[in-house]
Amino acid sequence: MQPLVELHQVGFQYNTAPVLEDINLHIHPGQFAALVGPSGAGKTTLLKLILGMTTPTTGSVSMHAKDSQSKRKPIVGYVPQLETVDWNFPVTVEQVVLMGAIGRSHIWPWPKADERKRVQRLLEQLDIGGYAHQHILNLSGGQQQRVFLARALIAEPDFLVLDEPTTGVDMRTAEQMLHLLADLNHGGMTILMTTHDLNAAAAHVPWMICLNRQVIAQGSPECVLTPEILEATYHSDMIVFRQNGMLFVQPRPHGHTYHDILPNVVPGEVPMSTGELHNEPDTSTVPV
Amino acid sequence: MNQILQPFQFEFFRTGTIAAVLIGALCGLIGVYIVLRGMSYIGHGLSHAIFGGAVVSFVMGWNFYAGAGIWGFLAAILINQTVRRTKISADAAIGVITTASFAVGIVLISRYRRFTRSFDAALFGNILGVQFQDLLVIAGIFILVVLVIFFSYKQLLFTTFDSGVAEVYGVRTAWVDTLFALVLAAALIASMQILGVTLVAAALIIPAITARLLTDSFNRMIAFSTLIGAFSGFVGMYLSYYFDAASGATIVLLQAALFGCALLLTVIQKQTSRRLIGSHV
Repeated sequence: MQPLVELHQVGFQYNTAPVLEDINLHIHPGQFAALVGPSGAGKTTLLKLILGMTTPTTGSVSMHAKDSQSKRKPIVGYVPQLETVDWNFPVTVEQVVLMGAIGRSHIWPWPKADERKRVQRLLEQLDIGGYAHQHILNLSGGQQQRVFLARALIAEPDFLVLDEPTTGVDMRTAEQMLHLLADLNHGGMTILMTTHDLNAAAAHVPWMICLNRQVIAQGSPECVLTPEILEATYHSDMIVFRQNGMLFVQPRPHGHTYHDILPNVVPGEVPMSTGELHNEPDTSTVPV
Repeated sequence: MNQILQPFQFEFFRTGTIAAVLIGALCGLIGVYIVLRGMSYIGHGLSHAIFGGAVVSFVMGWNFYAGAGIWGFLAAILINQTVRRTKISADAAIGVITTASFAVGIVLISRYRRFTRSFDAALFGNILGVQFQDLLVIAGIFILVVLVIFFSYKQLLFTTFDSGVAEVYGVRTAWVDTLFALVLAAALIASMQILGVTLVAAALIIPAITARLLTDSFNRMIAFSTLIGAFSGFVGMYLSYYFDAASGATIVLLQAALFGCALLLTVIQKQTSRRLIGSHV
């Protein structure tokens, strides 16, 4: 299967400091992947390279048509980190969402009637239907996140890229966001997101890419979330355990054993350790 | 009634008032984008750069509008490219490029002292000296700027809100920035003769920040800022006639007074709503 996005030996550096080195990565059509790693690992830079917002210092990034018959480049939707948004900018929710439709809109400054209807429908689907004419600052963190998701979705993207969509929102909102993304993925949308929430990603995202300047490992959460791989990615001692059939990751406090921290965990189920370190791009089976 | 209409007997006042209203509206309109881009200093800097261009075009015998306009446009492009391609911030780039350009003008004036008097109007403005031909140029630039902003409204809005993301959605932000630099240079050329290098920056910024205080809507901010600019141009001209004060400075002082009123209104509104919330707790 031809990948939607292909990174070949990509490197990037600011001045002389390398941020990313020798990145070989394929994102396949229909894939739902989470990019994880510590702060400063190069996650946002990698997204920017994929989106063409930054040019790699070495190597190449290419984006291919969704199917080999078509020559049309995939439409990309991007949800940036909320902290990069200028919240004092005088725009309403509707105006922000309409920005996403700019590629298909007419030349006149006002939106088409059907565009406004599509915005309203999308906002209702995302449970923020009543906020179309509100200033973006008047919304909660979760609602703000959905406004920017709506801006990405109105472009009807083939490939959706999200930079930390679960940061700065409460657990319930993060859960709702991940459910929503899983639904979009089931509808055929390719999704790549960065996150710091390993547990939520393990529960919802079928493919994880561990990054720390290089791709440390990639695969299903079962394969990737191992103490060895997490140690290599975060340079931190972490424990991985399973409870009620779900994977959990927890940093190990200094001088504690598993049972000090997790006395109720079923002994036979800890610790998880089935993954292997690898740097090669994994192009074998891709969960769809 | 006669008292009110009295200044309109004079042609210089009629021409000057039309010029002040058009320039006020023009600066108010463009000022919205400048303030929201966080580049308030660019009006101040570019007007100084254009002054350098005006002196050069005078020395070289070029047409003032063409010479100073191209000079200002190139300075704006140079600032944009410096910010885009290097780690130098916008304020630093504006500081270096525009003051260097201004210095070129000063050096030329000091070298050829006989030009000094000719540039008083460019430095301090001279609304009452506006000729009919100047008015035609100002009207032409006003129409051009309105058309550019009208037809690139969506691209300008997205680029001003988030330039990096706009590029991902297919907006050619480099072109949008170039177009905006062209429009800004044209507006400054038109305004410089009227308000002077020293006051143009205020006319660009004050109506826009006053409008921002009054509304959270982008469209209303554009409308308010343009209206405040035009209104202060008209009333400022009147006040300058009756108080026998410099017209450009009176217009800017009136804008500053309107800003003060808007600020006061905002503070009162905030305190009232805080008190209302407090009384319900």
